Amino acid sequence: MYDKIKYLPAGDKAVVMEFGNEISKNINAKIRNLVKAADEAKIVGIEEILPTYRSVQIMYDPLKIEYSELIRNLELLSSKTVEGQKEKIKIIEIPTLYGKEFGPDINFVAEHNKLTTDDVIKIHTGTDYLVYMLGFTPGFSYLGGMSESIATPRLASPRTKIPAGSVGIAGSQTGMYPSETPGGWQLIGRTPVKLYDPKKEPPVLLSAGDYVRYVSITEEEYNEISKQVQEDKYRVNVIISEGGELRE
Amino acid sequence: MSSIKILKAGFFTTVQDLGRQGYQRFGMPVAGVMDNFSYRVANFLVGNNESEAVLEATFLGPELEFSGEMVIAVTGANMKPKLNGKAIPMWESVKVNKGDKLALGGIFNGIRSYIAFSGELDIELVNNSKSTYAKSGIGGFKGRKLLDNDELNIKVSNNLFPGKYLDAKFIPEFKKKNTIRVILGPQDDYFTEEGINSFLNINGYKITKEADRMGYRLEGEIIKHKEKADIISDGALFGSVQVPANGSPIILMADRQTAGGYTKIATVISSDLPKVSQMGSDNEIVFESISLEEAHKIYREYEKKLLEIKEQISNAQRVQETPAVPATPVEKVNYISVGPLRKMNVVVNGISYAVDLQEVK
Repeated sequence: MYDKIKYLPAGDKAVVMEFGNEISKNINAKIRNLVKAADEAKIVGIEEILPTYRSVQIMYDPLKIEYSELIRNLELLSSKTVEGQKEKIKIIEIPTLYGKEFGPDINFVAEHNKLTTDDVIKIHTGTDYLVYMLGFTPGFSYLGGMSESIATPRLASPRTKIPAGSVGIAGSQTGMYPSETPGGWQLIGRTPVKLYDPKKEPPVLLSAGDYVRYVSITEEEYNEISKQVQEDKYRVNVIISEGGELRE
Repeated sequence: MSSIKILKAGFFTTVQDLGRQGYQRFGMPVAGVMDNFSYRVANFLVGNNESEAVLEATFLGPELEFSGEMVIAVTGANMKPKLNGKAIPMWESVKVNKGDKLALGGIFNGIRSYIAFSGELDIELVNNSKSTYAKSGIGGFKGRKLLDNDELNIKVSNNLFPGKYLDAKFIPEFKKKNTIRVILGPQDDYFTEEGINSFLNINGYKITKEADRMGYRLEGEIIKHKEKADIISDGALFGSVQVPANGSPIILMADRQTAGGYTKIATVISSDLPKVSQMGSDNEIVFESISLEEAHKIYREYEKKLLEIKEQISNAQRVQETPAVPATPVEKVNYISVGPLRKMNVVVNGISYAVDLQEVK
């Protein structure tokens, strides 16, 4: 982490606040605090705030706020929040059906790591993953914290179509496809939960700072949840914790 | 409710407005119009709110049929618009009636035309915007580009203002070679001095065939990194110039993803983006680096010019000669006719007057 936040102009209408040059929970927590404070401060002239792994992109209207005044405001906000208030942890359970046609690559992931498919499921469900940021496609969350013991390279040739809700592994990363897209991840399962719904406000289930916990479900449970999701009756299980519940 | 039938969709015609503001933190790309200038002027001309949705047509324009009367304006690239086979001016509001057909053709300069309609297109808002993000099938008309036989509904404004025009001095010239101003950064420190000089070289870069609403790949002098071309993914903007390991720059455009993992050498200033948006493959860009202060000065001038344009358009009134309609003749006074009697329809401040016009002595 840098001693001092860097302010990097990105064109005439945005500035990037860079906190460091590594992926770390610490930096991410500071970013979340800053975003929360900036959202609440509602500074006139700030039009949008985009948090990423280790920086925050502030989009502003130069007609409404002078650059120097913007920076002064942001410095003030960050000096107040940089210490970081201890937040409660939010763990969101994602019911996932592993294997079969839902996770066609689970055997490959097991073989590649000299494990059984049950081991893969146990390891994958045994860790809680921090949502570092959202990006890439609507609702896609960049998760951190996967065990190296199930790390597997991407497919040599990407699939042209991956169903929404697919749970996969790419190198040391795990994640989910919120909508049907092409992709090269090793698919190990699928969740019936809607991660992205443009008709909802906010349109996504997960936010940066949340933790994801995968929970293995049966095909019957999958079908039941699917039905509830379609009827808009399903609510994911959320655990709010001081930290004691977290599996790392 | 009136409708606009898409007889022929053209090459790539989509519904666009200012895009999805405020949803990038959820991974939602902004989308929206490419050429902000032509878009805003189009809405001024038809008397709309400047953020109302329009059609953006690329390379080859659509053919439309109107189910009722409204006012339209075509701006941006010149695709030689015709109403019922007769040429109509660009950058000017024109009244259309039930059954009228508007046809846009291929491009003569620029590559994107904007068609605005007086009123509100009946398109469902997705995250507060009517813009089409075709890559993920979000927004606009069914999440996709328009196809032949689609039909858009529109709530036409009560007040129609044909004959509004943009003063010729404001009409942009779309050139095939442009100097595009940038502010270096946010990752200019990832490049060698030589790399930065290459980027700003006076021969510039050529836009390749891979140029669309998402980004423009350029080719020219290779830009050298100090070491790495990859960064930890961070925010991407309309106008970010990213340089992957191969050293060839890519300008990110309206449909870019919210974040990216390549070094960004510079960012195009917002008021030069309309110029870039009207350039296509084989066109040439020379990058010029300016300071943030200069860029802000240029931005203020750009917005001031648009205010001036709004004012100019609201005061503009072209007297239109439209097909004659029966008019009640005025009382005969003492004169000698020297020319033929012409029946004309004169529109002043949106109200039509039937007039008999004749040269007399």
